[in-house]
Amino acid sequence: MNTQVKTERHHGTGLEEPKYMVPKVDIFETGDEYLLQADMPGVGKDGIQISLDSNELTIVGHRTASREKAAASCTYLHRESAPVNFRRAFVLDPIIDTNRITAEMDQGVLTVHLPKAEKVKPRLIPVTD
Amino acid sequence: MLMTLTTLNRPSLWTSRAFGEFGDLQDEINRLLDEPLAELHGEFFTGWAPPMDLVEDADNLVATLEVPGLKKEDIQVRVEDGVLSISGERKQDEKLEKAQAHRTERFYGKFHRAICLPKPVKVDAVKATYRDGVLTVTMPKTEEAKPKQIEVRMG
Repeated sequence: MNTQVKTERHHGTGLEEPKYMVPKVDIFETGDEYLLQADMPGVGKDGIQISLDSNELTIVGHRTASREKAAASCTYLHRESAPVNFRRAFVLDPIIDTNRITAEMDQGVLTVHLPKAEKVKPRLIPVTD
Repeated sequence: MLMTLTTLNRPSLWTSRAFGEFGDLQDEINRLLDEPLAELHGEFFTGWAPPMDLVEDADNLVATLEVPGLKKEDIQVRVEDGVLSISGERKQDEKLEKAQAHRTERFYGKFHRAICLPKPVKVDAVKATYRDGVLTVTMPKTEEAKPKQIEVRMG
């Protein structure tokens, strides 16, 4: 499995670039597909952006706009959450059929289905005479 | 008992934006601070301290907790003796138990967070909603706790 994870680190002042947090992910493999699950609390379906550039998959989750708007009218007494969006990139194994990637969002968990190409799926080889 | 409760009302040391990227460090600190509380409840705390915020507006105290991927019935919210207490459990998807795991960074299991409320709230009117993996607990302040405008009269 070469579904390598790219973790981006920010250097320098970071003032000119919006800050991102790296979401925690699980990656599972079944016979038919790889399954990627990422925790992105506060991100709705509309806040998710998934892009594919050659074999690099990038997931971005936007949540700051609605939060900052809600926070404008109140005072923080205690704060542990980070006021940033989520972003993480993955280098996909060539065996993944990038045309059939699908994704869904449920209660802050993004699930991305990465189907294996037909040619690499486990299968029975018929024995011929 | 009193000692334990005072540790809950800890100062917000980690609110600075500069700490935004240190989510893991913050998790670890939250876990360490919460451990005495877990002992109080007689169960071993296994290590998920989801980030909690507490804000105040004119009428309400509002707490939010980032707990993605739960079922509504697996979350318990309690307000008692001026302490908001939230516990729950994230369960692993049964379908994936047999799948081969290549990376497991997400936490499964039980969590418990509690925070002292700095103002009295109407316990009967507390509402909790769960949306996009964020639990929001809205607690209306009692009339005495609301800000009042005092009229100045001519002497």
